[in-house]
Amino acid sequence: MEYVSLFVKSIFIDNMIFSYFLGMCSYLAVSKNVKTANGLGLAVIFVLTFTLPINYLLNKYVLTPGALSWLGPQFADVDLSFLALIIFIAVVAAFTQLVEMIVEKFMPNLYSSLGIFLPLIAVNCAILGGSLFMQQRDFINVGESVVYALGSGIGWYLAIVCLAAIREKMAYSNVPKPLKGIGVTFITVGLMGMAFMIFMGIQL
Amino acid sequence: MSNLKETILNPILKSNPITVLVLGICSSLAVTVQLKGACVMAISVIIVTGLSSFVASILRNTIPNRVRIIVQLVVVALMVILVDQILKAYMYTVEKQLSVYIGLIITNCIVMGRIEAFALGNKPIPSLLDGLANGVGYGLILVIVAFFRELIGSGTLFGFRVLPEGYVLNNLVILPPFALILLGCIIWAHRSFDKDLQEK
Repeated sequence: MEYVSLFVKSIFIDNMIFSYFLGMCSYLAVSKNVKTANGLGLAVIFVLTFTLPINYLLNKYVLTPGALSWLGPQFADVDLSFLALIIFIAVVAAFTQLVEMIVEKFMPNLYSSLGIFLPLIAVNCAILGGSLFMQQRDFINVGESVVYALGSGIGWYLAIVCLAAIREKMAYSNVPKPLKGIGVTFITVGLMGMAFMIFMGIQL
Repeated sequence: MSNLKETILNPILKSNPITVLVLGICSSLAVTVQLKGACVMAISVIIVTGLSSFVASILRNTIPNRVRIIVQLVVVALMVILVDQILKAYMYTVEKQLSVYIGLIITNCIVMGRIEAFALGNKPIPSLLDGLANGVGYGLILVIVAFFRELIGSGTLFGFRVLPEGYVLNNLVILPPFALILLGCIIWAHRSFDKDLQEK
């Protein structure tokens, strides 16, 4: 039951985009049409679900103060937590490079449609942000971190597909010139964020 | 010499990283509830963009093309860890308030974008200036957004009461979505003044 609650919470209430603004850059840049948004969203879910548990294990068994005590008693007071940022980002970047190579080899169509944005997942704040939130939240086991990662990924995916659909329709509307393009997109995202706020305070 | 001047001035107005290039929105909006946090964040970003552009530019001839993203990320991560540790030591409460967003400077697109677009093709000193100037352009917008949000939302500036006692606080402004709307309006204003930037 706790897993279901965490899952729903990470999709709707703690939505990566609307409550933390994570992954905004690629969110705004790639949401011009639904098809590419779909591809990027799936790639984010995939990368997030794999990197977050890896980072969870690294954090639990290597980085937190005293985490190295499984190596022997002399390591009990080693504190490597200041290395967390560099280790997390290295894991994310390495994993993205791997995914990029696999997609390039086996799914060339998807690769050419994602183009530059696949390597950019490495610098997508949603991925690193997920790991940093994981560090703050003290999940008790790997299962929880997997559920959290999957939920956040799906939340991000939902948000980008919704925005892409709205922007496709908005191309036909008559927006004031200076507001056209990115300006009106910001305001749309703000309004969507307000709509998402109805989920706030829901307890499952 | 005029080239150097352009390097410094362009990122602040003509090609501002936030309002024109739309980079680095991720970590910027969440820290703009209070002016103090926004200022600390702005200074941290200025330092990180400047130094990491500088270092990446020194290394530019030795980085193999295939793995350059990882190398750049490591350079940026080092600078961020440096800033993070300094903040932890001297401004612990602000660091707690900014929470994960200091760490997220690593994935701030401005830093990576400037390294990719400028530092890899230019000498260290112009790269340093370019990084610093982009940081300033980013910080400027951050401070403007934070100014309005703190003034309207809490009636204070830097924690000091500015608006009179009877002012009813506007809680909407403190919530995340309003930052986006405010930024949309800033872009609107900027593009009304500078017609070249309007999208066709």
